[in-house]
Amino acid sequence: MSAPTLGRAPTIDVDPFCDEVLADPIPLQRELRAAGPVVHLSTYDILAFARYEQVHAALVDWQGFQSAAGVGLTNFRTEQPWRPPSLLLEADPPHHDAPRRVLQKILSPRALRSLREKWFADAEELVDEVFGHGPRVVDIDAVTELTEAFPLRVFPDAVGIPQEGRENLLPYGDHLFNTFGPRNHLVEEGEPRAGDLLAWTSRQCRRDVLAPGGFGAEIWSAADRGDILVDQAPLIVRSLLSAGVDTTVHGLSAVLHAFATHPDQWARLRETPAAARVAFDEAVRWESPVQVFFRTATRDIEIGGRTVPEGHKILMFLGAANRDEQHWGAEADRFDLGRDPSGHVGFGMGIHQCVGQHVARLEAEALLTALARRVERLEPTGPPRRHLNNTLRSWESLPLRAHLA
Amino acid sequence: MSSVAPAQQSGPVAEQASASTARVAEIRRQADGVVGIVLTDPAGGRLPDWAPGAHIDLVLPDGTTRQYSLCGDRWDAHAYRVAVLREPSSRGGSAYVHDSLREGDLVGLGGPRNSFPLVPAPRYLFVAGGIGITPLLPMIAQADMVGADWTLLYGGRSRNSMAFLDELGRHGDRVRVAPQDETGLLDLPAFLGTPREDTRIYACGPAPLLDALADATADWPSTSARTERFVARERSGSGSDSSFEVTLARSGRTISVGRDETALEAIGAAGVDVLSSCRQGTCGTCETTVLEGRPDHRDSILDDDDRQAGDCMYPCVSRAVPGDRLVLDL
Ligand code: HEM
Ligand code: FES
Repeated sequence: MSAPTLGRAPTIDVDPFCDEVLADPIPLQRELRAAGPVVHLSTYDILAFARYEQVHAALVDWQGFQSAAGVGLTNFRTEQPWRPPSLLLEADPPHHDAPRRVLQKILSPRALRSLREKWFADAEELVDEVFGHGPRVVDIDAVTELTEAFPLRVFPDAVGIPQEGRENLLPYGDHLFNTFGPRNHLVEEGEPRAGDLLAWTSRQCRRDVLAPGGFGAEIWSAADRGDILVDQAPLIVRSLLSAGVDTTVHGLSAVLHAFATHPDQWARLRETPAAARVAFDEAVRWESPVQVFFRTATRDIEIGGRTVPEGHKILMFLGAANRDEQHWGAEADRFDLGRDPSGHVGFGMGIHQCVGQHVARLEAEALLTALARRVERLEPTGPPRRHLNNTLRSWESLPLRAHLA
Repeated sequence: MSSVAPAQQSGPVAEQASASTARVAEIRRQADGVVGIVLTDPAGGRLPDWAPGAHIDLVLPDGTTRQYSLCGDRWDAHAYRVAVLREPSSRGGSAYVHDSLREGDLVGLGGPRNSFPLVPAPRYLFVAGGIGITPLLPMIAQADMVGADWTLLYGGRSRNSMAFLDELGRHGDRVRVAPQDETGLLDLPAFLGTPREDTRIYACGPAPLLDALADATADWPSTSARTERFVARERSGSGSDSSFEVTLARSGRTISVGRDETALEAIGAAGVDVLSSCRQGTCGTCETTVLEGRPDHRDSILDDDDRQAGDCMYPCVSRAVPGDRLVLDL
């Protein structure tokens, strides 16, 4: 039986999904890493990994740690998921193969080359709109004016969905990412609207509403070629709308907050604008917009000197792994453009690794390049405010002052 | 097989460890003229993930590079299996594998790459000719796993020359074995039956079989049949991991990439960070623009057209074609 094995891992009683921890998960992450390679979370009676080594090992081991039983706390083997499961995120091989292959090609760096010029121009346009050509010091809320505005300007168009109803995208994503956690007040508060948001999102996935040439239409073309089944196409489009908006917004917020609080690093970016790509990945490492995901053991698995029993959920703290001093050195908590953030797990790792990572990086590169051109210095003008979500680490408000060049 | 040849005794190849090196863990006779080879990571780690239809580039100790379909079990992340037919006309490649390769030897590895992926369908018809059975084996395993309706028609010269009949035996009548010396040429029209929308046909074998299949499927919907021609793809020249030079165009610096390091490592050691993630040639993060020189692509990402274009590479695994210097946009 499994219970005695569970009992042997050091136990932490703090609920990682309580408001205090969601507002600032860093102290708990430290405690979890220090406690051991495998920790027992008494609130949910599950095992968790917070060190880079075990998180990485669990992410790549799709054979041992499956996703099809859900990547949240809900175990699809025994509980009903709230929406039809994702064909990517919540699927295992062999079912995962074809959707992944199709999407990976559509979102590959080579395929995105055709968007690059347009997105760079769109970023310049947005930045000019926000800062105008008058005063040299401008106060903004970076969240609403930049980090939400930019992805919402370019991404839905790239997918090819209509203008109408786009205000549903962020709330849908917010609720979805809450549902990977326990059914706490965040989930409960989202539930009244969840049905409508899901219905709206699902309607945007139909062939007839998607503009030609977009990612969505390309998914349908793949169905016409027989690379995926026709009934799979709408759910694959849904993956873009679910996973592609909130994540990027919070990634961009992370990088702007990092720069506002590290002016020397902003100066460095202005000197070497080519560092924009590395800067974004360093921010994704440092802040980990996606903090946690779960897996389910497909057999008894030995990891970090403990056995995870078959059928049990495990919790992977991506954010904690991304700040593990054992892996990143003593300065792991510092946002530093001089660091090579390669190998961070902020986009996951292995067969489920973020299929949209090149999209996110391109958006970030475009926005940072446009900002670096016009803004000499960024500084906070008031306390930033967190938005709480069970999975995402996000900002609701980032009041910043931009000193224009 | 029992032969145990410690790596140190297997000749000069033993020192050629690199990011993409595998150890020959087992060589086993599968049929007349066919050996199955099991490859593992020398350090005991996971091998890169793959899906049915994938092949790897095997860089043999004699310097030849050959492509082989993976025909093992992807649920075992620690072993690859390929099957190699002795080609009568082979100089290096298959002759080397049959005559000289030993358990314990190290070989170079590229990929896996997949230009013959299995698409989802409720019903499959598989047609194999000879060693063309190899990419179909893992497809069959998966079709079976998802509960699809499937049938295999497997032709070959004679029963003795046909590999994996034992493994296929457990599938009962789903598998039709048709050795030419017993039953004559494959009767494709009878096997395929009337065209059906819900069916995907996967075939791998020699050119005459695929030509016959093209005729037999003329009335089928155009997306029904997917084939891979079994040819002895022998890429000459592309050696094992030799050292080469890379010029970083933005600074004009030239650095040398040693045989036991990756281009990514060498570039990083020279103080130029290229963002990377998987370091296995699967995620695409380290994509780098190639301005001059021919890359020896070892990633799992680029298809043949992309490779032909030759304008980008993944330095976490890919190298230079021997004798070429790469100029990169870095
Ligand atoms: C900074 C922005 C982003 C972050 C931090 C992020 C993070 C992640 C992570 C951690 C995973 C792995 C999930 C797992 O292992 O279970 C993932 C998967 C995924 N992401 Fe992203 N993501 C971002 C942007 C995007 C964008 C822009 C898109 C769409 C264009 C996208 C689409 C997806 C999809 C479809 C998956 C599932 C892939 C699979 O299971 O095969 N993501 N993402
Ligand atoms: S780092 Fe993933 S392809 Fe090179």
